[in-house]
Amino acid sequence: MAGFVSRGFGGSRRVPDELAERIPPGQHLESGFPVLTAGATPPVDKGEWSFRIDGDVATEVEWGWREFNELPQEDVPCDIHCVTSWSKLDTSFRGVSMDLLLEAAEPLDAYAMVHSFGGYTTNLEIEDLTDGKAWVVTEHEGEPLPRSHGGPARLLVPHLYFWKSAKWVAGLRVMDHDEPGFWEANGYHRRGDPWKEERYWTD
Amino acid sequence: MDGLTPVEQRAPGKWQIATVTDVVVESRTAKTFRFEVPMWLDFCPGQHYDVRLTAADGYTAQRSYSIASAPLERGLIELTIDRLDEGEVSPYFHDVVEPGDQVEVRGPFASYFVWRGEGPVLLIGGGSGVVPLMSMLRYRRARLPEVEMRLIYSVRGPEDVIYARELEQGDETLLTYSRLAPPAWEGHEGRIDAGMIAAAGIEPAGMARAYVCGSHGFVETAAQLLMDAGFGAAQIFTERFGPTG
Repeated sequence: MAGFVSRGFGGSRRVPDELAERIPPGQHLESGFPVLTAGATPPVDKGEWSFRIDGDVATEVEWGWREFNELPQEDVPCDIHCVTSWSKLDTSFRGVSMDLLLEAAEPLDAYAMVHSFGGYTTNLEIEDLTDGKAWVVTEHEGEPLPRSHGGPARLLVPHLYFWKSAKWVAGLRVMDHDEPGFWEANGYHRRGDPWKEERYWTD
Repeated sequence: MDGLTPVEQRAPGKWQIATVTDVVVESRTAKTFRFEVPMWLDFCPGQHYDVRLTAADGYTAQRSYSIASAPLERGLIELTIDRLDEGEVSPYFHDVVEPGDQVEVRGPFASYFVWRGEGPVLLIGGGSGVVPLMSMLRYRRARLPEVEMRLIYSVRGPEDVIYARELEQGDETLLTYSRLAPPAWEGHEGRIDAGMIAAAGIEPAGMARAYVCGSHGFVETAAQLLMDAGFGAAQIFTERFGPTG
């Protein structure tokens, strides 16, 4: 709709150019870390937490909390983008690279359904989970990940809208086809690239 | 039962220019904007629209707002917008927009926090979290009066009640003033609690469900109270608002 101008709108929350180019189209800068969850926050005890990879894999693998924390950990500085239109810049998480986790399982197909304690699901292509693009994280900005933000552990896929970064992550199933997860079945985009503004089914 | 039509897969992704036909002051911080939408699609109570503002130099700002009206009149939607002083979209609506203005919108979107006529149903809203619940309540009054519905509505004080008059016209609502009750108020005061859930009288059995909308803290509290009252996680639908300014 080129050419449309909102009468009397100047934009009071503009950010400097060097930051603006890190904010995808239709997003605005947010300094806090809003909590958006469908349903109640599930209580997940570290003792019962585990991360499992199964489905079309060479080897099914599962790590309990202690084993998982003995894996090599990485700091992940990143910008994150929520489909509700806020972006948060220069935040950081710490956790285990999905490359390392998937190497142990050896996926035989191209798609994954990530699932969480509490029943949440989200679909991702293996391609979006490999090559240093995804992690399972247990810390946010130097502190244990709060329960409201997915603690004890969440998926982190910062190059896609943040609903893909499943809170309270429990595992992923490798599949030979793509299927919609929770939000993807409820009107949101199959892949969710913020730079292409893939918010909804029809985007 | 005459339920609502399912949400269509062809979610309407196209931006279109809607015209504001009315602006109503609802409370100290909330106004309702009525829009004429040329490419209107049927929606379910609970769905939202995206709104986009464009400055003369091309700068844009975009936010999502729940639909406040019920899908009763073709071509029409109402959005109730709470003013967030540090925001840039809600202050624009409050300070600038008047009837006759044009606004780019697209929707309706999302189909998780929607009501398609299931009942009995308990609605729990905190502050402007009442907005999508009002769409449900309005549709039930107009089309599904046989469905049992109650609304627990928590506001800070008397100046914060959105839709006060309309809510008074029915007996669905249990209001609580969390900070400041008006003089001579004989109803609930303070935060929502187990007593209010019980007083609403919606039993968690069978097809019963609950819709909760408000801030993160409000939603967590309400969801916990519902579970304590016997509602299962799958019966509880929530929507939390972050800062949407």
